[in-house]
Amino acid sequence: MVEVKLENVTKRFGNFEAVKGLNLNVKNGEFLVLLGPSGCGKTTTLRMISGLETPTEGKIYFGERDVTYLPPRDRNISMVFQSYAVWPHMTVYENIAFPLRVKKYPKDEIEKRVRWAAELLQIEGLLDRYPGQLSGGQRQRVAVARAIVVEPDVLLMDEPLSNLDAKLRVMMRAELKKLQTKLKVTTIYVTHDQVEAMTMGDRIAVMNQGRLLQVGPPTEVYLKPNSLFVATFIGAPEMNIVDATVVEKEDGLYLEGSGFRLRLPEDFRGILKDYMGKEVYLGIRPEHMTVKGVSTLEHVSKSAEMEGVVDFVEALGTDTIIHVKVGDNLIKVKLPGHIPLPVGDKIKIEVDLDNIHVFDRKTEKAVI
Amino acid sequence: MKDETVYTLKKIGFYTVIFTAVAWILIPIIVSFLYGFTSKADYYDPHMVIPHHYTTEYVRVILFTLGAWDGIKNSTIVATLTIIISFILGIPAGYSIAKFVFPGKDTIKLSIIALRMFPIPVMAIPLIILYIRLHLADTLLGVALAHTAMALPFVVLITSSIFSGVSKEYEEAAMVFGLTRLGSFLKITLPLALPGLAAAAMFTFVMSWNEVFVASVLTLTHRTLPAQILSIMAGSSGGAAPDYYKFAAAFIMTLPAMLFIFFARKYLVTMWGITLK
Amino acid sequence: MERKSLLPYLLILPAFAYLLFFVGYPLLQALYLAFTQNGAFSLDTVRRTINDYYFWSAFKDTLAFAAVIIPIQLFLAIVFALLLNKAFKGKDLAIYALVIPLTISDVAGGLIWYSMLSPYGFVNKVLMNIGLISHPIYFFGYQFRSREFLAIVMAEVWRATSIVFIIILAGLQMISKEYIEAAEVFGASYWTRLRRIVFPMLKPSIQSALIIRTLFAMQIFGVVWILAGRDLPVLAGEGFYQLTVIKDYGVASIYALIIAGLSILFGAVYVKFLKAEYLEVMR
Repeated sequence: MVEVKLENVTKRFGNFEAVKGLNLNVKNGEFLVLLGPSGCGKTTTLRMISGLETPTEGKIYFGERDVTYLPPRDRNISMVFQSYAVWPHMTVYENIAFPLRVKKYPKDEIEKRVRWAAELLQIEGLLDRYPGQLSGGQRQRVAVARAIVVEPDVLLMDEPLSNLDAKLRVMMRAELKKLQTKLKVTTIYVTHDQVEAMTMGDRIAVMNQGRLLQVGPPTEVYLKPNSLFVATFIGAPEMNIVDATVVEKEDGLYLEGSGFRLRLPEDFRGILKDYMGKEVYLGIRPEHMTVKGVSTLEHVSKSAEMEGVVDFVEALGTDTIIHVKVGDNLIKVKLPGHIPLPVGDKIKIEVDLDNIHVFDRKTEKAVI
Repeated sequence: MKDETVYTLKKIGFYTVIFTAVAWILIPIIVSFLYGFTSKADYYDPHMVIPHHYTTEYVRVILFTLGAWDGIKNSTIVATLTIIISFILGIPAGYSIAKFVFPGKDTIKLSIIALRMFPIPVMAIPLIILYIRLHLADTLLGVALAHTAMALPFVVLITSSIFSGVSKEYEEAAMVFGLTRLGSFLKITLPLALPGLAAAAMFTFVMSWNEVFVASVLTLTHRTLPAQILSIMAGSSGGAAPDYYKFAAAFIMTLPAMLFIFFARKYLVTMWGITLK
Repeated sequence: MERKSLLPYLLILPAFAYLLFFVGYPLLQALYLAFTQNGAFSLDTVRRTINDYYFWSAFKDTLAFAAVIIPIQLFLAIVFALLLNKAFKGKDLAIYALVIPLTISDVAGGLIWYSMLSPYGFVNKVLMNIGLISHPIYFFGYQFRSREFLAIVMAEVWRATSIVFIIILAGLQMISKEYIEAAEVFGASYWTRLRRIVFPMLKPSIQSALIIRTLFAMQIFGVVWILAGRDLPVLAGEGFYQLTVIKDYGVASIYALIIAGLSILFGAVYVKFLKAEYLEVMR
């Protein structure tokens, strides 16, 4: 187990800058999720930590050790690949034993450890099989067993669940997380699936276009996104983003947009003082609103209302997502339970003002 | 710093090996082409590594006096016939293997692969008996028929892999919108497979163009180019042919095939990957 | 899903029948010519073949060429393929250069190497001009048969390594990069990765390369005929000679049968000993 530190890491492929000046600390024993859309540089970052790629600029440290230019085999790391990369010409046993054999463990120790890892992943019965005879889920378990068998300093996972079907994915999510908690190995996990990130990570690092945007515990990234990108990337359905203007009137502070006018509490005045009379983006998560007369917002101290017309209703069973036309904006409201509001109904939406977000139009950085 | 030196040295070593390999392939071709046009005096001057005086005389003699031009014509006819016959027979088979599921398919495919392991060219020896009886001996059609047997397993395997590369859904979509199976094959699959098929045709052409044993055994007066060259150049009987004629002959034989493959080069690696699996 | 129909069989039938005929008929004809005399079973033709002065040296030479040429080709092809499987500037050009010989027939290959190795050829001229030798080295002629052997080996290695190279390269490209990277991450050195991951996964490609090359090596003819004539007799050459010069169809047929037998024998040996076990359990 070790702490991983990236200092100003940049990676260029020809003219293309895949990773731009990345700074990141992964704590000892932490489960860190690198989250971002495809092509955001997260896999490149992981591959630089593994040593499969070398940074163009910057340094990578494992604890005090500078590993920037070390080949993978001198780093004592393990990796679970997206395609699993379970070698088809070796039995499951040989696959799991491979890292031990390469590191010249004694024979009985290899046997012991392979059994231990296989038991942990519940694949003891498959040890004599070839990967071609296994299902995707079983192959994935082999890949994980192979990765933990040597007790690596750092465990790297590159979208390990993306090739599994939905049900298996949910199951493996919990299992991997439990396993990591048990082994306490520093883990860096790459995914584009925000649900995976939220449920598994001790902390999430959100990347986009080669840059690291925000690092923090899942709830923090969810509740306090620092930019428009992070705000919209995390959460489903996506956060509503509408154009609005900060308006200062005698009787108070308002956010005005097409079809709505939200009165803000006085304590927003300080935060918004540079934006008086200016256009901003207003962001409200669908789950931070409710429809008046249908349900109520709990634990909410400050709220405001807007009026709209029901445009469309998505019934998901456990939740209902109401698409509401507010002026020119289409706003999604997520209500718990099955609430089949008739299309065309006029309704009042109640907005939780503790959980609204305001973004600068130019920098797209969060103001609130 | 030390790491960097090692890295640079490795890189230099790498490029040296690559360069040597490429030079090893290219130099003999360049030299034989050069010598095919070198004047007699320059060639027999031991100090003249790179000749100064050139002539097209030998190429002309080979072509027009020694019958290589007729050989080229014959080879072209044989190769074209081979393409036509082997495609007429091979495309339906390749399509069937690619697009249908039917019992015995694996066995059929395996036996076609196994037939490829059979040295069909040397079987021209016993074949000649039949050819004499059918008056196919010393005819270009006879050679083309034998070349077809040689090329057919390749054509079937190549076309089947080309057709399975064209998604079944395209064809199914066409059938949903009212085309027959044959119609959707002609209008959808065939055009999409065309570049691959063209490459396969060039491949077949080169295979036939270069084949010498069958052609030498089955013909006497209607020689294809390699058979003609072999009969005028071969070591024991034709050892008397002056060296520079040999180089001119090498030039005449090599150039067309090289041009053909140049146009098909994009497909070379994948095609061999397919056929030889 | 599909209506049971004869269509797929009908589509395959012509090609299959054609192939069967062109393999089956000559085979039967050859057996008939080889083992009968005036309509009755006889070993006369076989005896005539074996007692021929050239027979055993043709047999030996053919095998000797294969034994020398094929290992060199396999080694070179693997080295080239490993080098060219990396990304570097000029890779495509290098690959194209290395596969050019695929287009060159054995006759042309022989003639091209004659331009290198003849008394006034390139090699002799270069060596003489830098002063390494004062007289040309003679590679050709009955009295230099071992050098003729060497010249043919050089020509064949030069001409036919490309096919092995292409097969191995195609095989390498089919190995997912992640398999090799995984081994790298788990601590394997370059040699371990080659030995434990790349070579085992390359087995099917090596197998087909060996089968194809051995098949062609048993039929070696044009290049020998051009460079050495009957100085170095080979099986296909003797078959050709018996047929076209002696007009002994029976003996010629026996040569054809021997070549076919050797091809099938070696093919079977490769299939048996280069089995990729992991591919078999999958079916």
